[in-house]
Amino acid sequence: MPADPLSKVFSALADPSRRDMVARLTVADATVNELAEPYDISVQAVSKHLKVLEGAGLVTRSRDAQRRPVHLEAEVFALMSRWIERYRRQAEERYQRLDALLDAMPDGDPERPDTGEKQ
Amino acid sequence: MTMSTTDHETQIIVDPDVPLVRITREFDAPPEKVFRAHADPELFARWIGPDSMTTRIEEHDCRTGGAWRYTMERDGFEAGFHGSFHDVVPNELIVQTFTYDGVPDGVALEKLHLEDLGDGRTRLTATSLVDSFEGRDAFVASGMESGVVEGYRKLDALLAEG
Repeated sequence: MPADPLSKVFSALADPSRRDMVARLTVADATVNELAEPYDISVQAVSKHLKVLEGAGLVTRSRDAQRRPVHLEAEVFALMSRWIERYRRQAEERYQRLDALLDAMPDGDPERPDTGEKQ
Repeated sequence: MTMSTTDHETQIIVDPDVPLVRITREFDAPPEKVFRAHADPELFARWIGPDSMTTRIEEHDCRTGGAWRYTMERDGFEAGFHGSFHDVVPNELIVQTFTYDGVPDGVALEKLHLEDLGDGRTRLTATSLVDSFEGRDAFVASGMESGVVEGYRKLDALLAEG
């Protein structure tokens, strides 16, 4: 099992129910019961999912004795999205340079580089 | 599959189960042209590196069994990369290894597939498979060109606070 922080976040979000819970929590904090409502699963199962999200640092539970609402650590979530977005953006920039080059290349293929197998 | 950021252009998928990153992008050019821009060292040098860096191609023998090596340079900072071309099928497929010289024991297996969409268009799918999740995440976090780990430090700090 990967143990470094980012991998924990990735694997925590690998599960669709957990992703859904995170999506709900981006709107507002919620209790375990509130989180369990839309699903066909027990409060226990929801608690289990929350433990995984907690372990990854994605959510925290307040000490508020009665409700103990679940809070999304938006910064951790945003940081990961930002990394992925930066990586994507770099690829996009690279491919925009390729777009420009493809545009400038003649359509014919007069000097095709040798790309065959080695003899 | 999770954490895919999408827009009309480059799409990225960071797989939760296997340490890979997959990028998809479409081009308004036929596969032959897109392939040539990858295979020809002079053409390749013109787009692979960021504008702010100088790309020096030292070797680029894009055929099955060939090797490649290039260095990117900016203000005295140099980053070298090398690998070998495992399988090259002109206009269709390039399978290669990828190593950043800064992490000489690390290696990614990259598969670049060109799909002919007709009407002079091509869909490129680039899959990078790294040998550990840690390596994959470093790959994503550094983005290669900026070569930084401040993101990790920041996350470490955040997690330590929690």
